[in-house]
Amino acid sequence: MAPLLEIKNLRAGVAGKEILKGINLVVNAGEVHAIMGPNGSGKSTLAQVVAGHPAYEVTGGEILFGGADLSELEPEERAQAGVFLAFQYPVEIPGVTNAYFLRAAYNELRKSRGLEEMDPIDFIDLLEEKLKLVEWGPDIMQRAVNAGFSGGEKKRNEILQMAVLEPKLALLDETDSGLDIDALRIVANGVNALKRPDNAYVVVTHYQRLLNHIVPDFVHVLADGQIIKSGGKALALELEAKGYEWLTGVAEAAT
Amino acid sequence: MIESYVRQFEAAAANGGAKAPEWLKGIRQGAIDGFRQSGFPSTKDEEWRFTSVAPIARGGFVAPGAPGALSLADLAPFLFDHPEWPRMVFVDGRFDSSLSNAPTELGLTVTTIAEALAAEPQLMERHFGRHVRPDETPFTSLNTALARDGVVVRTSPGSEILVPVHLVFVCSAAADGIVTHPRVLVVAGERSRLQMVESYVSLSDRTRYWTNAVAEVSMEAGSWVEHGRIQRESEAGYHIGFTHVDQARDSHYRSFSLAMGGAIARHNLHTRLGAPNTEALLYGLYIGRGDQLIDTHTTIYHDEPNCRSWEVYKGVLDDRAHGVFNGKIFVTPEAQKTDAKQTNRTLLLSDSARVDTKPQLEIFADDVKCTHGATIGNLDPMSAFYCQSRGIPAEVARRLLTHAFAAEVLNEVTSEPIRSALNHVVYERLGVAR
Repeated sequence: MAPLLEIKNLRAGVAGKEILKGINLVVNAGEVHAIMGPNGSGKSTLAQVVAGHPAYEVTGGEILFGGADLSELEPEERAQAGVFLAFQYPVEIPGVTNAYFLRAAYNELRKSRGLEEMDPIDFIDLLEEKLKLVEWGPDIMQRAVNAGFSGGEKKRNEILQMAVLEPKLALLDETDSGLDIDALRIVANGVNALKRPDNAYVVVTHYQRLLNHIVPDFVHVLADGQIIKSGGKALALELEAKGYEWLTGVAEAAT
Repeated sequence: MIESYVRQFEAAAANGGAKAPEWLKGIRQGAIDGFRQSGFPSTKDEEWRFTSVAPIARGGFVAPGAPGALSLADLAPFLFDHPEWPRMVFVDGRFDSSLSNAPTELGLTVTTIAEALAAEPQLMERHFGRHVRPDETPFTSLNTALARDGVVVRTSPGSEILVPVHLVFVCSAAADGIVTHPRVLVVAGERSRLQMVESYVSLSDRTRYWTNAVAEVSMEAGSWVEHGRIQRESEAGYHIGFTHVDQARDSHYRSFSLAMGGAIARHNLHTRLGAPNTEALLYGLYIGRGDQLIDTHTTIYHDEPNCRSWEVYKGVLDDRAHGVFNGKIFVTPEAQKTDAKQTNRTLLLSDSARVDTKPQLEIFADDVKCTHGATIGNLDPMSAFYCQSRGIPAEVARRLLTHAFAAEVLNEVTSEPIRSALNHVVYERLGVAR
């Protein structure tokens, strides 16, 4: 069976500037991968390119999702196929309630799979269960999407969306940034509760902190647009202790 | 062009107009004389700088003949799912009692102008043509001279009217080439509460006609009025409207405007905070596509101290549509402690759409808080990507975000049935370019 996600020699950039310089990565169902690296290494770019962010141009390589090429698909088609990006900076949408937005998204996914749309009443039942995961009451659903939310609330909202949309592959882009310890615990618990043998997580993070809560099977270090080292959970601890310099130094010496 | 309207006036004066009371004959005569002198405005006139009314002036519009035959089913799309509300319907300029509903609530009187002239001549003499000066613009002159009928809405002191009053001015497919001059007078008694909506609608999107409307609102002390205005004329038609509100002490005026019809549409909304401790909230939304020109001019007169005004107008313009917003706020030297805020935001959905926005604040008092802001922008690509990354297709996302932009204004409508009907109308309209 094809891996859930297979990235082959991916090159991508923005406005003529190359940021990803040949990424290779294989993610199988049931796995959690952490992508770590210094600022500006291309971690967030990688997550956004897989999700189809229109600002980036793919200049080489392949992104295969369940064996099928993603790179020609619109962002919504990728989402419908089962890709989810939890944003580093979730967008505020004043004038659209969380409830309306989530149901619209949920129904678009259902439509794309040939299923009937879910009516608002049934959707409320579904939400009730998902809200528990992020320790929220129903009031949050009547607020406008992320509008006036605290940093922690925005990240929780991303996890709530993920819980409702049930992606096969979730890319968490610096989900831990700007979180206090309680919010971090809630977000991590949500992710852990949603882990299944048939889905996978790619967790992009600068710090090891989140990985105490979401334990990765694999850790990859990205520097200057390339994965320079891969390992198990222990690698994250080593990075925490030593910083990135010893590795980026190795990379420089190798080239 | 001007003479044809003078002839319409003379024909009407000789016909039904002869029965009018002397004071009204005088006002009408003065108005037609004024129009004969002024003619139509040109773009050299500062007030009409961005809006050429040449197509109206050259249009050769004639007085309406027999109105088109309409049934209640034809009106259903405009009635907010509440056909039982009190309603006055004018078809092609003529009152149609069979489509109208008399009010049943105590304290509310809704009649035609003809009925009001017969039943309450003093009230009419006190108010008609006193709030909108006949010579305010050439169009108000023409309306005053040629309006043959219209509506008078009155609330008695202390009455609280729980159901919105709906005034419907509808043009049928038979309206091609005609001009109508709808006229509305509202007198809200002391401490009374009233919700009302004027709808200017068309049954055909191709009919070329001209609506020249005037509304006068007199708010007595302590009254509360929510005044809606829905302009969904034919996109081949023309709409000129002028509304003036006079506010007495402790009164609270709240308006919402939805303007999305007309090849050329212009609305002036003026409110005079003419006594201390009055408040005016003005919310508006204009939506243009194709080659539509939609122009809003508002004027808030802060004449007295301790008054507050709050104004938010938003626009969504697609294709080659052109929006105009001019917001005047005049604060007299007496009007200390004025609190006024004006906001105008326009979303341009295409490169060829444009808006001319001009805040115009003239402040002669020193202890006031007056602010204004205008923004013009496009849809935020990050917001679109966010929606798409959740599986929402680009086109749906664009509509969702555009509607969200507009909804901020629509959601200020206090009546739930009207609010949801307008949200639906706007959602259906957005994302459908020409």
